[in-house]
Amino acid sequence: AMEPGPRPGLRICEGDCAVLKRDDVFKAVPVLRRRKIIFEKQWFYLDNAIGHTYGTTFEVTSGGNLQPKQEVEETSTETKEAGTDNRNIVDDGKSQKLTHDDIKALKDKGIKGQEIVQQLIENSTTFRDKTEFAQDKYIKKKKKKYEAVITIVKPSTRILSTMYYAREPGKISHLRYDTLAQMLTLGNIRAGNKMIVVETCAGLVLGAVMERMGGYGSIIQMYPGGGPVRAATSCFGFPKSFFDNLHEFPLSKVDSLLSGTFSTETLPSEESTLVEEESNGLTDEKQTSLLEAEEESTTETAMEISQAEEHDIADVNAEDGEFKESKEKENDSVRQKQRKQWERRKKLIEAAALLAEKNADGLIVASKFHPTPLLLSLLEFVAPSRPFVVYCQYKEPLLECYTKLRERGGVIYLKLSETWLRNYQVLPDRSHPKLTMSGGGGYLLSGITVVLDKGKSDSSHLEALKIEEPSSKRCKL
Amino acid sequence: MSFVEYGDIIKDGDTAIVFLGHESMFPVKVQHGTVTQTKYGVIRHSTDLIGKKYGSKVTCSKGGWVFILHPTPELWTMNLPHRTQILYSTDISIITMMLELKPGSVVCESGTGSGSLSHALIRTVAPTGHLYTVEFHQQRAEKAREEFREHGVEHLVTVTNQDVCKNGFGVSNIADAVFLDIPSPWEAIGHAKSALKAEGGRICSFSPCIEQVQRTCLAMEEYGFTEINTLEILLRVFNVRTISLQIPDLGKAAEDNSSADFDSSNPSNQGSPCANPQQGTVQFKSGVPLREMVGHTGYLTFATKS
Repeated sequence: AMEPGPRPGLRICEGDCAVLKRDDVFKAVPVLRRRKIIFEKQWFYLDNAIGHTYGTTFEVTSGGNLQPKQEVEETSTETKEAGTDNRNIVDDGKSQKLTHDDIKALKDKGIKGQEIVQQLIENSTTFRDKTEFAQDKYIKKKKKKYEAVITIVKPSTRILSTMYYAREPGKISHLRYDTLAQMLTLGNIRAGNKMIVVETCAGLVLGAVMERMGGYGSIIQMYPGGGPVRAATSCFGFPKSFFDNLHEFPLSKVDSLLSGTFSTETLPSEESTLVEEESNGLTDEKQTSLLEAEEESTTETAMEISQAEEHDIADVNAEDGEFKESKEKENDSVRQKQRKQWERRKKLIEAAALLAEKNADGLIVASKFHPTPLLLSLLEFVAPSRPFVVYCQYKEPLLECYTKLRERGGVIYLKLSETWLRNYQVLPDRSHPKLTMSGGGGYLLSGITVVLDKGKSDSSHLEALKIEEPSSKRCKL
Repeated sequence: MSFVEYGDIIKDGDTAIVFLGHESMFPVKVQHGTVTQTKYGVIRHSTDLIGKKYGSKVTCSKGGWVFILHPTPELWTMNLPHRTQILYSTDISIITMMLELKPGSVVCESGTGSGSLSHALIRTVAPTGHLYTVEFHQQRAEKAREEFREHGVEHLVTVTNQDVCKNGFGVSNIADAVFLDIPSPWEAIGHAKSALKAEGGRICSFSPCIEQVQRTCLAMEEYGFTEINTLEILLRVFNVRTISLQIPDLGKAAEDNSSADFDSSNPSNQGSPCANPQQGTVQFKSGVPLREMVGHTGYLTFATKS
């Protein structure tokens, strides 16, 4: 294998979606010139960041501009004066001699954060009585407040899933980032797969799946309502080619697809006029195979468009002056609308054809909907011996889902789980788990499909019994 | 079949997973003429496996049946022959995400061990990435090479038999990520740094003991790594069971026929607990935790090269 050459750091470009980071706080922002950004109580423009590599740390200047932070040598060689414990330290709120106004004056003078922290230390009557550890903690706290540095990082599943969980967990059904990580691995998400994804997590899960597929393979995203929400997906900054094999399909058409009655008659949120014209042509096709319907409806639509164009030309010749112009514009927009609808229809048929092959390599579900109906229908589109993973904020719906799947058969290795995540502070003589942790990150139900034995009705029951063999009751000491 | 691509039909030379039940599966090398013994009887590769679809049910000679599954790194992790303690999918999942691995990534790993993580990494970086894995034990390094060959992924991985603490990973300035699971990771931080690309590379160190973690974090700081963060992740599994709880007999008031609080005959008690007045029990579905769970595997420390 050819060894890759040295890899230059990626540069921040205008138009990118970048993520601002300060300690553990993240925020996704578009990189645009002269666009004021608010982040962590600071206002600034991103203009000066453009051209720097991702991962660069900046300071905010008094003018609201970014400036790369200079590496500063920490003066730590001198042995500092410190106390042994806090038995004599009285917390009366009066130990700091600098007032709010004093500090503000320093800030206004343009004094750097580092200097302000130094001033605070010098003006604290209790600082030298604190233990070394307490001094460390004090300095860290003041630095965090006054040395406001911002790092601009490249978006990734790691960054975005952490950000969403901290900032807008409601938008992602409280899917914690480690739970998402489990889904991607349990689902064997990788380049070349044909994946079915259902999510109502603002497009975060879709983005994560796309990142792990690297633009290879295909994804069919099933969506509720009028169209999929992909706000988070755009934050990832994928190249355009990644979207070439991303399809979407409305959940509202799933039943018809499964029963063989699928037609492109009514697209979600479609104009009624064009529907009526089409339905006249398509009613007879309901009994024919999907492939035939596909050909006929595409031809019908093509014919309709050319007819409309002919009509337009005739109209234009008949009218005069201004009226002619506005009529042209009207015709143009009607034509555009028709073209768009024709394209939508074409894409829908493509997606339907992909699904109808019933050979998807996996199913990922992370939505606010009850998982059972989704699983029972969508597993039909998945090939045998493929993994599927369902996320639910709550455990109970997955209990029901598990039971229904056992009844259905065609699935093995069902596992209901959750992950427990704990962060640590690691410092010499001061290592311990962090003080707060997430109370819950949601639940996962995963399994593997097998060839569905539709004939024998009690075989799945027997399978369930065999599969749920209780493990050895011997307690391992 | 391939560990990096799905196939539909079982072929001669494939590694397949024989699934007998949740706690019972094993890998098998599919070969013409070979026979595999299971507790349900014999599986004849030529007639029962080759040419069949993955996911098929195969009836064995004694009448019981099994399922034949397509291998995945996750199934491999649960079934591989252990030469060392291995990493399981729970840790592997968070490692993969936190190291920002994806197709095309270049990863360095040490030690290779039994190849559990290696298979998962190869799957994630395929088809354009590469795994450079270092193992100081000669036989283990050779066994790993052999397995990667058998599994059709040798073009995606380079196994080097050396001590990473002394000689590094064998590459410099190209890795997107480095993973360490060795007794003294602090001794390899410098080598990790030189293997990593100039900016933005990620590192992860896995250690069972907090003392190891402390030394490693210190080393990371000394070498200028940023965003140093230590965490642990544990898996909790639930068994789905229908549970019946008995209703206690609290006796009856003198003339009152129905029990005050819990009226088991009241039709409005719909949905959840369904009471059985005859047997005096209430049934409900529960996700019951297992008697024992894994309480600790290791601490995971992540950082970024700045």
